[in-house]
Amino acid sequence: MKKYTDSGKKDTRSGFGAGLEELGKKNENVVALCADLTGSLKMDAFKENHPDRFFQVGIAEANMISMAAGMTIGGKIPFTGTFANFSTGRVYDQIRQSVAYSGKNVKICASHAGLTLGEDGATHQILEDLGLMKMLPGMTVINTCDYNQTKAATIAIAKHDGPVYLRFGRPKVANFTPENGTFEIGKAVQLTEGNDVTIVATGHLVWEALQAAEQLEEAGITAEVINIHTIKPLDDEAILKSVKKTGCIVTAEEHNFLGGLGESVARVLAENHPTPQEFVATKDTFGESGTPEQLMDKYGLNAEAIIKATKKVIERK
Amino acid sequence: MPNTQQLENFVTQVRRDILRQVHKVNSGHPGGSLGCAEFFTALYQEVMDYTTDFTMDGNNEDLFFLSNGHISPVFYSVLARSGFFPVEELNTFRLLDSRLQGHPTTHEGLPGIRIASGSLGQGMSVAIGAAEAKKLNKDSHIIYSLHGDGELQEGQNWEAIMYAAGNKVDNLIATVDLNGQQIDGCTDNVLPLGNVKEKFEAFGWDVLEVKEGNNITKVIEGLKEAKSRTGKGKPVCILLHTIMGNGVDFMMHTHAWHGKAPNDEQLETGLSQNAETLGDY
Repeated sequence: MKKYTDSGKKDTRSGFGAGLEELGKKNENVVALCADLTGSLKMDAFKENHPDRFFQVGIAEANMISMAAGMTIGGKIPFTGTFANFSTGRVYDQIRQSVAYSGKNVKICASHAGLTLGEDGATHQILEDLGLMKMLPGMTVINTCDYNQTKAATIAIAKHDGPVYLRFGRPKVANFTPENGTFEIGKAVQLTEGNDVTIVATGHLVWEALQAAEQLEEAGITAEVINIHTIKPLDDEAILKSVKKTGCIVTAEEHNFLGGLGESVARVLAENHPTPQEFVATKDTFGESGTPEQLMDKYGLNAEAIIKATKKVIERK
Repeated sequence: MPNTQQLENFVTQVRRDILRQVHKVNSGHPGGSLGCAEFFTALYQEVMDYTTDFTMDGNNEDLFFLSNGHISPVFYSVLARSGFFPVEELNTFRLLDSRLQGHPTTHEGLPGIRIASGSLGQGMSVAIGAAEAKKLNKDSHIIYSLHGDGELQEGQNWEAIMYAAGNKVDNLIATVDLNGQQIDGCTDNVLPLGNVKEKFEAFGWDVLEVKEGNNITKVIEGLKEAKSRTGKGKPVCILLHTIMGNGVDFMMHTHAWHGKAPNDEQLETGLSQNAETLGDY
């Protein structure tokens, strides 16, 4: 089985910051808006190097989203930055009417998604954002897994004409995808080949899936790990091709099992190729304070949980 | 430039269009639409520099954003009669497969519309974004916007008002339609707005009032005065005092016709008070 190595832990939000800064140099139509979280979103470099194209809106996310929609009129490509919670639930109607329904080319960039935000607790740990965003017609929804992929995705979405939700996180995690790799929206990345189970993971759970696959191999189970960075449009073909071989699937995400990646996959399977599926996700609950590791362990979002789900789903074949 | 009589004729025809649109489908919002007939006429027939060769970006022209999207009948009528799309298309207002949706939208590609509106309180922010884009593009044209007075109850407006003053968005003229009415009654009874002029001024805006918002000459004067105040470091606000339902006697001075269509008899009465000037569609 193909092995992946961590080139050194980095946070995905820094990948966003690096991608945004690179875009700033390359494309003068790229503008950035931030709601008082410039440092947290790693937007400092863009702000410093392109002050005329950086818009500090203060703690006023609704104004930020609708302003971004207005800035597209005149050809700008606005990237908004705040935490995932304040990027989605707080401003759902602004996104729905001014961005999605109006078909505006706004990139909603959301950090500190999910439980790995950590100690701040459930008020800030949104586990519903993928569901909220994927339900909006025309919205592209992306959840990247490491620094390199987040940087590549940030650059790639500027070339996509239409609204995008880009989700990333706070903690330093393994950086294992290729440096300066290509990022193709809507195209799944198959990381390992296997025959016994398909593991479809997104975001921080991709590395966990790889760890799980290595341990499963020692137990004689080969897993096909697929990195689904784009939740919508979903790469149905890659998922169906894999499950037709393996006969079962585990989905893994740092999100509620209601409305997340798992449900999107279940729909594809139900319509095309009914297959036993287990969901590694939070189970209709809020989070709480704790370290990211403690929380991912308590809520069953790590390699151990993926292994357990794999063994269970194989029994159901 | 049209003379005053021509502008008044235009307004009268717009009133007929409003009544006929909402009557046909027995839905829509005639009250606020009628109150703003002079404002839209002034903007599109006299004040704004624009082209009907519509592009979404609207570079090198003045742009208008309607925040209180429910008064779509007046917007559609004025856009059509200003040359953005065929006047006959007003016949399709609120019908299935129409570009003239209940509330304005870009989704069906109707020329003249640059943002969906209807869910209230978002238009000021959109207008500010477009104004910032104009500044980045070194485009000296003006952004105009219209907001209902009841709409100011939406908190997002005050985020936007604070931003525009703090960031010297001085290529923006935001007009508030002060008709004192909203769906549930008088704004003073539903949720008092207090002194709107002092509020805008306290936030750092340059505010001017047009006391006769249904007098086309006064509205044009106000808009031109507002334009002369742009580019001076402050966003500009026009407080436009209008009468909801203006031009149709039984619809005036009441919130009853905010979102209610006239029946056949009421339509005839309304039309009889506004003789055909430019030809019905």
